[in-house]
Amino acid sequence: MIDKKLLKEIALSEPEYLKICELLNREPSPLELGLFGALWSEHCGYKHTKLLLKELPNESDKVLSEMGKENAGVLDMGDGLKIVMKVESHNHPSAIEPKEGAATGVGGIVRDIFAMGAYPIAILNSLRFGPQDIPRNKYLLNGVIEGISTYGNCLGIPDVGGEIEFEECYTTNPLVNAMCVGIIDSKSPVLNAKADKEGDLAILVGADTGRDGIHGASGLASQSLEEGSDSRSAVQVGNPFLEKVLLESCLISGKMKGIVGMQDLGAAGLTSSAIEVAEKSNLGIDLNLDKVHTKEEGMTPYEIMLSESQERMLVIIDQKSENTFLKFFKDRDLKANTIGKFNKSGNVKIMHMGNEILNTPVKILTDAPAYVLSDKKPEWINNIQKYIPSSNKINDMGKILEMILKSPNISSKKEIYSQFDHQVQLNTIVLPGEADAAVLSLKKGKQAISISIDCDSKKCYLDPEVGASMAVAEACRNVICTGATPIGLTDGLNLGNPEKTDVQYQITKTIEGLKKACLEFGIPIISGNVSLYNESNEKPIFPTPIIGAIGHINDYSKAVTASFKNIGDKIIIIGEKIIKDDDNLLSGSEYQKIIEGKLSGSPHIDLKKELYLQNSLLEIIDNRLINSAHDISTGGLSLAIAESCILGGVGSDILLDATNKKSVYFGENRSAVIVSCSPKNTKKVSEIANKHNIDSKEIGVVTGNNLIINQDINIKVERLKSIFYNQSG
Amino acid sequence: MNVGIIVFPGTWSDRDCEFALSSFKNVKSFFIWHKDSIPKNIDAIVLPGGFSHGDHLRAGAIAQFSPVMKDVSKFNQEGRPIIGICNGFQILCESGILPGALIRNKNLKFNCSFVNLKSSRSRKFTSLIPENKILKIPISHGEGNYQADNNTLNTLLENNQIAFQYCTESGLINNHSNPNGSLNNIAGIVNKNGNVLGMMPHPERSCSLDLGSEDGNLIFKSMIKSF
Repeated sequence: MIDKKLLKEIALSEPEYLKICELLNREPSPLELGLFGALWSEHCGYKHTKLLLKELPNESDKVLSEMGKENAGVLDMGDGLKIVMKVESHNHPSAIEPKEGAATGVGGIVRDIFAMGAYPIAILNSLRFGPQDIPRNKYLLNGVIEGISTYGNCLGIPDVGGEIEFEECYTTNPLVNAMCVGIIDSKSPVLNAKADKEGDLAILVGADTGRDGIHGASGLASQSLEEGSDSRSAVQVGNPFLEKVLLESCLISGKMKGIVGMQDLGAAGLTSSAIEVAEKSNLGIDLNLDKVHTKEEGMTPYEIMLSESQERMLVIIDQKSENTFLKFFKDRDLKANTIGKFNKSGNVKIMHMGNEILNTPVKILTDAPAYVLSDKKPEWINNIQKYIPSSNKINDMGKILEMILKSPNISSKKEIYSQFDHQVQLNTIVLPGEADAAVLSLKKGKQAISISIDCDSKKCYLDPEVGASMAVAEACRNVICTGATPIGLTDGLNLGNPEKTDVQYQITKTIEGLKKACLEFGIPIISGNVSLYNESNEKPIFPTPIIGAIGHINDYSKAVTASFKNIGDKIIIIGEKIIKDDDNLLSGSEYQKIIEGKLSGSPHIDLKKELYLQNSLLEIIDNRLINSAHDISTGGLSLAIAESCILGGVGSDILLDATNKKSVYFGENRSAVIVSCSPKNTKKVSEIANKHNIDSKEIGVVTGNNLIINQDINIKVERLKSIFYNQSG
Repeated sequence: MNVGIIVFPGTWSDRDCEFALSSFKNVKSFFIWHKDSIPKNIDAIVLPGGFSHGDHLRAGAIAQFSPVMKDVSKFNQEGRPIIGICNGFQILCESGILPGALIRNKNLKFNCSFVNLKSSRSRKFTSLIPENKILKIPISHGEGNYQADNNTLNTLLENNQIAFQYCTESGLINNHSNPNGSLNNIAGIVNKNGNVLGMMPHPERSCSLDLGSEDGNLIFKSMIKSF
């Protein structure tokens, strides 16, 4: 019988091993076992999520790709223009070696985009770290930022937006999710990760294959991190310069005669790349490992097949064009060798030193098991959903506002995004920090896209389903706040160990929450990634379903930012009325975290009202009626207004009903947006809101140098600025 | 005017420069691969930003050995115009066409943000910049800290070779307005002859109000008019 330690190393369970024996009708060879370990890993095989993910809406009249079949999702923008996007995590490598982990995370997602034949035009990040007073967490943050900065800046792709949260649960297990958006012009083809026919060739282009990153997919991404474990050799080392050369060359080769498809080498390296292409093409493949260019001599077939060396691409071509392609890559100083040939056998055959060392049916290798998860609600979630009323004695609302503004979850991220090149390619119409989402010109008339990436993990902790719906709502609302119509989503699901039943509940409910919101809004999820086994001190992280949204703007001169612009503009709140004294508004809020020190209650979202709000806002912006829009999210209403003041460098005078002050000022669980507009437009704004069945109320005016709310808050904007930008020392 | 934009492996401002130059009527731009020579019909050269050859060793250190640099050097000797932007400035310093060196930013961090620039008006590349005009142009670099020895600095000052200095919005040249630790807030210099400009800020990025500023156009316009 097989050694248990070996099984653990490749992250297969004993029943899975027995299943493999049954499918093969014999015991697997060590190399075969390595391939199964990779292909049946959580990372590649989606064992614990594939049944649930099937339920997610993934079609619309704009979606051109089939979910899960390609490197990324494709959206039709009209006139032959297409947008490609995807988010991917690199959590475990970043936990071990933050700089290289984050850098290669960027490298991987960028390759997914140009493998589709798309020129990458934007990167976004969604990051989570533990509290920064713990040195390890600070080291992780600095390393991750340096990694993204070093790699992304070198590629000449702007990093236009993102979000960060700091919570205890991410201590030693940071989340590093990167999203990339690419564009395919009307003259260029969409490339598929497929071979067409028997005889097509697979050329391996780019970096030498080395011993780095072996077991990245199976060992790292599919197990919890263990204290003191030395997994550094399982983290890949990136070379952004090579990636840049590979990017430019692959995109040219994608337009050459004889191109058939393209597939990047990411998790599980050549194994997942070559074998999954064979599977999608309904073909077999003969691989000749002697043709693989390696970093060192004497690498075993096992190492070559499982290496996760970066900056490699599998280019699939018609055999008649072999010489043209090999010469093309050589001229661009890239190594390229024909390593595989597709055939009708349905098997993967591997040759090494002239001998056949493996011959296994593709279908068996890629047929990872699918597990049904428990949806039984754990008692502890019932307990935290009982709302604990506010117990602190601080009654100075101004002081509370300052304390929340200072929270690293809210204060400015300028220190971070100024380390990322966010302007290269000359499309960045709205700079990071200026609006609720990034706005990028498509250099085609006044057309633009708006992109946002979001998740409020505290809400997901209290209620995974509602939290997931809120993530979808917020991502959509953010692009809408710039004036863009959301057309597609990508999801990065980050959760704990799926073998535990309470995490199974969280996974099940998270996906249910996504599904509900997508169906309500009529928006598809076109690509995504799942990262499980994220745990800190043996406790699962908060469920963190990160949602990237993309929206379309016909005329970017209509785009709106978050800052108050003109003295005398009226301030209007559009959205859900506050239900009087509703304490639950504070459930999972930044207020609870900072002031109460404990999260409790049931977060809430009314998806119908959210949709009405979004539709009304789109119409209002399309009619050029408002000068700013900023949604009420982390920190609540008072923080939303404070941020609009800070960004505009101007004060405001607000008067509103507030019986339960803390709920009104700091409550977050409401679908609402703060807008400002010229006094002559207020009537039209409220008419449009009414038409969409959503409330709106004028609550104040842009004026003076102070933020004034009722009799409760009166703070100089200069002071707010110095707190927000952390200049107060 | 035919402008040649040199492309090294790792260059990424090439298309941005082409885009910015495309708004000028009598300008045509051509990309020149680093292994090729500069065609005869080229009137001006742009060395764009990026990470040429990965900036391995030092920023611009390997690019100086690219085959095309022989032609660039000759182009300079003939007194014809060359602009090096960001990585292009670093390449010009590494290859000795411009004096001084660009070392890592003082805080050791990459910095992408808009800066304000004061310009010396008497030189060819700045001739059309109105008096007292403070230019708003973005920087985007990790190694933009300009340093030179005293003799070099004195020569730069004597010959009015300091083309741009980082300043505040109101034009004050001080530590507060220095984004990277550069000597005397130097953001860009010209050679003695005035035909070569090297600058860390990216004029091509401020080519339209949609992108936040069109001040960069003044530099390209000055070049087109003066040469």
